[in-house]
Amino acid sequence: MLKTVVSETAKRLVVILFVVTGAFLLVRAAPGDPAAFMAGEAGSGDPAFIAHLRAQMGLDRPLPVQLGYYLRDLAALDLGQSYREGRPVFDMIAERLPNTLALAGAAFLLALVMGTAAGFLAAIHRGRLIDRLISIGSVLFFSSPYYWVALMAILLFSGKLGWFPSHGTQTIGAGYTGMRALADYLHHLVLPATASALFSMAIYARLVRASMIETANALFVKAAHARGMAPVWIWLRHVLRTSLLPITTMAGVQAGQLVAGTILTETVFAWPGIGRLMYEALGARDYNVVIGVFLVTSMIVILSNLVVDLLYRFVDPRTRAA
Amino acid sequence: MPIWKSLLSRPDAILALILLGAVVLAGVLAPLIFPGGPWRMVARPFIAPFTDMGHPLGTDALGRDLAVALIYGARTSLEIGLVSTCAAVLFGTAIGGIAGFFGGRVDSLLMRSTEMFQTVPSFALAILLVAIYSPSLLSIMAAIAVVSWPPVARLARAEFLSMRRREFVQAALLSGQSNLRVAWSQILPNVLSPLIVMAALMISMAILFESALSFVGLGDPQVVSWGYLISAGRGVMARSWWLTFLPGFSIMLTIVSISILGDAIGDSQDPHFERKETE
Repeated sequence: MLKTVVSETAKRLVVILFVVTGAFLLVRAAPGDPAAFMAGEAGSGDPAFIAHLRAQMGLDRPLPVQLGYYLRDLAALDLGQSYREGRPVFDMIAERLPNTLALAGAAFLLALVMGTAAGFLAAIHRGRLIDRLISIGSVLFFSSPYYWVALMAILLFSGKLGWFPSHGTQTIGAGYTGMRALADYLHHLVLPATASALFSMAIYARLVRASMIETANALFVKAAHARGMAPVWIWLRHVLRTSLLPITTMAGVQAGQLVAGTILTETVFAWPGIGRLMYEALGARDYNVVIGVFLVTSMIVILSNLVVDLLYRFVDPRTRAA
Repeated sequence: MPIWKSLLSRPDAILALILLGAVVLAGVLAPLIFPGGPWRMVARPFIAPFTDMGHPLGTDALGRDLAVALIYGARTSLEIGLVSTCAAVLFGTAIGGIAGFFGGRVDSLLMRSTEMFQTVPSFALAILLVAIYSPSLLSIMAAIAVVSWPPVARLARAEFLSMRRREFVQAALLSGQSNLRVAWSQILPNVLSPLIVMAALMISMAILFESALSFVGLGDPQVVSWGYLISAGRGVMARSWWLTFLPGFSIMLTIVSISILGDAIGDSQDPHFERKETE
């Protein structure tokens, strides 16, 4: 077990190195010379001044050396400065990361639980009305841009019905503390988390339904029926449990997509996380922030894939020996 | 069963075909029907839908016709969906085909790199690419293609790998035909249909991607797209909800149609399908 943990972790480190190098090369390959741009901002096109700036920024060195410096800075958690706010990008991300993790985490759990439940219901009522409704619902949610679903949810649930707040993390000026503040935060979390969850919920529902229907025909399930076990028990203990394997794999993929997708949800709900930060930075062309958020998001995705891969070995006894 | 016959036997597939046909037709003919383009201010702002038959879907905050904008938006979505999917399918098939055909070290090298691409969150990568190369139709298409080829490569690899061992492929190789020729004339025709079904689904993902990019302000400023319309309508949503609702609804109908057709084609291509259903 320890051996797999080490080798899987090492594999992910290689991936992280690849992502960082890729991001570095992308930025260097971008059209336009940052030194010329800065010189232009300072109101000078003098070649000597540009050369001076290039030397100052390290742009005159060979590419591999530049990459080396870049990696060294990253290892020291230095993501550069934000042009717009003049602060370290790392600090800006660290401030907002908890909000994103709360949103993505809530959406992840919601999608997993509700999606599995919907798929389970559809499978045991196969072909009947409830199955059809769940199927139609999942096709619709799978096909809609979820930032649009989020906007429609704001229109209905906070505009028309007034049940949930439409933006931010807390009621401004209420000055809640302790449990009241937490309840207020959760109240603000409901719409963004649900809107982000719907897309993956639809995927889980389809997957659980298909996988359960397939498992229901397996010999060991027929044998359980023949032994006279209660159908409910068979569905839960034999069919659902076996069907959870593909869900584990999908959950790893979806966890990553959720974190990346918060760029959209946070934009819609003015949720102060790293996705919203990236959106604001895009508008201001604050590229260090954009790249910083990209790198942090990628790390989270890679790490969550690692966790899921290890979990998978734990959940499926067959892969443990291999 | 031929594809057309099986499509026409399903009412949902017929409906999907009609809807998608209308979207494609509107997109293709847009410049002919409305030569003035989508940006012209034609009437007073905020006309509600179905109140003025000159502008059946009403007008936006600047008095531009929403129906015209939606039709031009269809054109943008289809263009980006088709081009980026074609690029991704060509590249993915080439990489996956080479990996599956040659196997061994080439295979493991190519597939490792494919996996690397798959681990990076695709939407974040697409944003980074478009932001750095500044938004244009070309950069958006390229970014979507870059993030969507890996699944194609994996599928193509698996198909090529299994075909490579077949007797007719071995026979063609032994008869002295070149590798390229065998891959092109013997293997490719046999692996085309799963790739086509996948491509249909990729077009819908590409449309969703493009709309999301436009929504965060990374659309091509020269063209109208559905995502742009949603973000433009957002500011006046409380006053005129239809300006946000209709573009999103258009995306939804298009994607639902594509996925219904994809399912129907997939089913008709699967020889085990009918047996499975009756079990």
